[in-house]
Amino acid sequence: MTRVRYRAWALAAVWVVASGITAAYAFASSAADDGGAEVLGPGNVTVTLDIEHSRFEPARIVVRQHSDVTFRVVNHDPIAHEFIVGDDEVHARHEAGTHGQHGALPGEVSVAPGKTATTTFPFHTPGTVLFACHLPGHFAYGMVGDVVVRPGR
Amino acid sequence: MRAGPIGLGALILVALGALAAPAGACGGLVGENGTIQLVRTTTLAAYHDGVERYVTSFEFTGEGAEVGSIVPLPGVPTKVERGGDWTLQRLTREVAPPLLASTVGAPRAAAADAEVLLTAKIDALDITILRGGGDAVGKWAIEHGFLLTPDAPEVLDFYAQRSPVFMAARFDASRAAELDQQRGDGTPIMLTIPTDEPWVPLRILGLGLDATQDVSADVFLLTPDRPQLLAGGSGLSLARSEQASQGLLDDLRSDKGMGWVPSDLWLSYLRLDTPARDLDYDLAISTHDGSEPSAIAAGLDASSVVRRVTGGSPAWPVGVGVLAIGVVVVALVTVPKLVRRAARQTS
Repeated sequence: MTRVRYRAWALAAVWVVASGITAAYAFASSAADDGGAEVLGPGNVTVTLDIEHSRFEPARIVVRQHSDVTFRVVNHDPIAHEFIVGDDEVHARHEAGTHGQHGALPGEVSVAPGKTATTTFPFHTPGTVLFACHLPGHFAYGMVGDVVVRPGR
Repeated sequence: MRAGPIGLGALILVALGALAAPAGACGGLVGENGTIQLVRTTTLAAYHDGVERYVTSFEFTGEGAEVGSIVPLPGVPTKVERGGDWTLQRLTREVAPPLLASTVGAPRAAAADAEVLLTAKIDALDITILRGGGDAVGKWAIEHGFLLTPDAPEVLDFYAQRSPVFMAARFDASRAAELDQQRGDGTPIMLTIPTDEPWVPLRILGLGLDATQDVSADVFLLTPDRPQLLAGGSGLSLARSEQASQGLLDDLRSDKGMGWVPSDLWLSYLRLDTPARDLDYDLAISTHDGSEPSAIAAGLDASSVVRRVTGGSPAWPVGVGVLAIGVVVVALVTVPKLVRRAARQTS
């Protein structure tokens, strides 16, 4: 009787240990994939993106599909920046283009030095969508981030 | 969106320690179309009785547009004047036959308006001495037609935390034409800077360059004695370290405005060759016995160290796992005992 109970306790202990390690590993892996970002949405979501030293912070945002994200972009730098979010075609066009001030299209906004600007963009399809600044040399310098769109629950 | 009026360039040098310190460097200027042109710049910094004399030369690119440079300084200049006509060339000639090199030793401000401390016109150059944080100096530069590259905010902050004094220099193309300046003509300037802790800014030389572009510079130091040097990274080598010859000192002293050169100096000549991405440091110099060069002056501030070691996945899930293992181990030890004790009591 005692031996049976001991085995039961031992099996339970092994199960607890295995579960704990598995859960911890899974969480750590998931957090690393998302840059430790909180999963936002679905629905209307507002995200504040700080720009300092020509970098976006945070550089990764995670949302559920069917999220309408309002980006509040705060430029702490003394130089102008822009925030462009969209597919590859959008980024290619802006990187090579000669656009003026942004603000008319969803997901495209210019941010003057020390100022804040907002723009809203819908995310309906799971995947990864880039955001970047395409002023000369800024993308190459590293002014790029992404929005990870996760399937709805 | 392409932008930009004028180019603001980057760079230059400063420095040093106990009597005269020269430095030559290559710098990047941002052209009107945003392209970077490598322009060779030579600099001499001299330090004596707490006063540094800094001589550099700005080369007219002949682009027809205004281009300029920003130079971080270790202190507020009391005087800005035209430098000697051939001092820098004489220093370059002194080290022309290269000797064997050995590697040198070791290893946010408010966005208020920048304060204009001093202005001067030297030939076709407009010189402005500014005091302010990185944001303030950047704002001033933008407002005065300079184009700042994306790395400028970080680099300006990097220097402003140490010394919020900068020199902005810009060629006036129309004045250059009036003076019949040709492409490649240099204009030497000399600054007199009281300072207790000289250093040579190197990181500024990579401003606006692509990460893979090489930065090559010649740094001359003249000090009363052999200086102690501390570079904040690799890529800088000591090519010459010797007592300055009387011939050199006599020649320097005979140039215009160079009568302050004393009769006894130590000459150090350093060469910088490194990709721009690795140039995140400066050269600190100590000319005092028993006083080590400042790590902060070499660009090794504590915040940068912290920045490099932070980041990555959160550690607490692993901690939870370890804690779970601990709980299980304790249970494995104590539970069987409790079970056996309960069995004995019931039997």
